[in-house]
Amino acid sequence: MTESVPERGFVQLLTPEGERVHDTDYDVELSDDEYRGFFRDLVLVRRVDAEATALQRQGQLGLWASLLGQEAAQIGSGRALRPQDMAFPTYREHGVAWCRGVDPLHALRMFRGVDLGAADPHEHNFAMYAIVIGAQCLHATGYAMGVQKDGRVGNGDGEAVIAYLGDGATSQGDVNEAFVWAAAFAAPVVFFCQNNQYAISAPTDRQTRVPLYRRAAGFGFPGVRVDGNDVLATYAVTRRALDDARHGQGPAFIEAFTYRMGAHTTSDDPTRYRIAAELEEWRLRDPIERLRSFLVRQQLAGPDFFDEIDAEADELAARVRKGCLELPDPAPETIFDHVYANPTAPLEAQRETFRAYSSEFLASGDETERSTVPRREGSRR
Amino acid sequence: MTSMTLAKALNAGLRSALDTDSKTLIMGEDVGRLGGVFRVTDGLQKDFGEHRVIDTPLAESGIIGTAIGLAMRGYRPICEIQFDGFVYPAYDQIVSQLAKIHYRSHGQVKLPVVIRIPFGGGIGAVEHHSESPEAYFVHTAGLKVVTCSNPADGFTMIQQAVASDDPVIFFEPKRRYWEKGEVSEEAPAEDWYPLHSARVVRPGSDATLVGYGPMVRTMLESAEAAAEDGRDLEVIDLRTLSPLDLEPVYASVERTGRLIVVHEAPGTLGMGSEIAARVTERCFYSLEAPVLRVTGYDTPYPPARLEDEYLPDLDRVLDAVDRSFGF
Ligand SMILES: Cc1ncc(C[n+]2csc(CCOP(=O)(O)OP(=O)(O)O)c2C)c(N)n1
Repeated sequence: MTESVPERGFVQLLTPEGERVHDTDYDVELSDDEYRGFFRDLVLVRRVDAEATALQRQGQLGLWASLLGQEAAQIGSGRALRPQDMAFPTYREHGVAWCRGVDPLHALRMFRGVDLGAADPHEHNFAMYAIVIGAQCLHATGYAMGVQKDGRVGNGDGEAVIAYLGDGATSQGDVNEAFVWAAAFAAPVVFFCQNNQYAISAPTDRQTRVPLYRRAAGFGFPGVRVDGNDVLATYAVTRRALDDARHGQGPAFIEAFTYRMGAHTTSDDPTRYRIAAELEEWRLRDPIERLRSFLVRQQLAGPDFFDEIDAEADELAARVRKGCLELPDPAPETIFDHVYANPTAPLEAQRETFRAYSSEFLASGDETERSTVPRREGSRR
Repeated sequence: MTSMTLAKALNAGLRSALDTDSKTLIMGEDVGRLGGVFRVTDGLQKDFGEHRVIDTPLAESGIIGTAIGLAMRGYRPICEIQFDGFVYPAYDQIVSQLAKIHYRSHGQVKLPVVIRIPFGGGIGAVEHHSESPEAYFVHTAGLKVVTCSNPADGFTMIQQAVASDDPVIFFEPKRRYWEKGEVSEEAPAEDWYPLHSARVVRPGSDATLVGYGPMVRTMLESAEAAAEDGRDLEVIDLRTLSPLDLEPVYASVERTGRLIVVHEAPGTLGMGSEIAARVTERCFYSLEAPVLRVTGYDTPYPPARLEDEYLPDLDRVLDAVDRSFGF
């Protein structure tokens, strides 16, 4: 069973109906442009996600992990980061990547299988996607310890680190060790958990008996639950936790209470474990619709604005699709690249053998790849 | 005889194990309601209940560590690790605890734990979903390691592994899950092929191919292609990696004089290294050529678009056969 939506007990600044509410601890003052900016982000990342899902269905991606339903958690937290902050994502943080200025095509490279997610984490202060559940929480903590050693905490210009994780991940040893470390060293790291109610098929109560945010207390740092479908609230709560961290107040845990509207990944079949009524309940809490209602209600945006954003989304989706189809397969020999910083002689010898072997298949003058040029008759994989 | 896929055969074998002994448990991530990501445990929770087929929290060290405790309490846990690359969080519990407790206790504590791991590549997956970590476990005394290559073996071997009083790491070739074969569900267990024995799956006289799991089919196809070239290859399915049963391999090499070992895992210190060394010791005077290995490269498993280049295939096997005959 998943926990039902808590009516109170989480930070909310925008009701599902789009009414602005106030919270004494976590309020934000936003300009009209900022409100509209959030809306734009939400729509664009949802659109990229939908395009990627379609590309997977058409066989262009091996797999896709959709963020549908989790846009507010990702955009709110992502926009709360300052340029100097470092983010450690899972494999689902396409919205956070967007906020960091990472090209949406980047994630597609990994899911298409043209590389393993290659990137320089320092280019956008966004680490590579982590597939092993929980591993990145320790990396984030260590990075935060480095920030601390560098004397980059203690004031408003300081750096903070954010680690993304799922509700399932909270069971992993690595995650619990990260909590222990972060607390013991007062590392400037914020653990941002998107509780989307399921690991793959396992509901949150298979990982915990207490609401996740309350676990933080046992490790000795604050935990807060926020309405994960409310982009203003996730923004406010994350900004505050990051600021505390950068001022030297140590780690924090944020539980963004949200819902995965789609499958776990494109290879999952959620009908086996999920009830339709649940989906309906969450559809009414949609992060985009509630901000749209707010913008309309406050007369911050009209049909022209929404049309403009939709057109921009169409354009972006088309660019992503085209870019995906144009991603070239890597050259076979790149298998041997970058295994070591200083290449070893035995591996270079393997590369040579591979090169010599592959060239036999090209000798026929046909430049197509080996698998389509069987060396012998009847030869097939 | 019924024709079924490897996934279905394993499912039938697990069902039978649950039926036979009420102390048998299945535990792992998503094994219950979902039936496992490959549906190998499909329907078992429905029929045996949540106390026998357990959806665990998402924690591999936890899965194996608690299985050890359950085994000490008289249960026979069958653990599923969802994918090869996720066994490492459990690695400490497996190699430092599971493998050693029988030894430390002077045989007083038995740990009949089975760890099922879908392994190997060829399905176009993302990182950590295509690895072949068998050598790590074979290197650890106290564990037994086996791998099936076809539905018939899948059905019997999983039951034999469950019946074993030793911990067994059970590797399932994930890219063969959907391939069909004949399974005899009625044959009595006494007639089953013994768990820790290799098997000649295609007799031949000119050279020997030995491999296991996903590579068995590749070897059989290679042997067929070689037959067209007039070469008669013998194919041996190793089935058991620890203990290693090389008697059929020795016998074969003494007749054929040539051996090629095939596996997906990187070559360095892989199964092929051990086999080459032992065959050289035993069959030195029968060998017409050095033992050759066709393996993955000594690199991380590459991105999906390059896995066909990485994985041993028919062409690479036949190339090795050519080289063997070139000596
Ligand atoms: C160590 C490890 N074990 C198993 C898996 C397979 N797996 C991938 S995602 C997933 C569920 C993750 O759930 P959660 O942490 O809640 O994140 P979500 O996908 O819901 O965002 C599992 C079991 C994995 N990637 N890593």
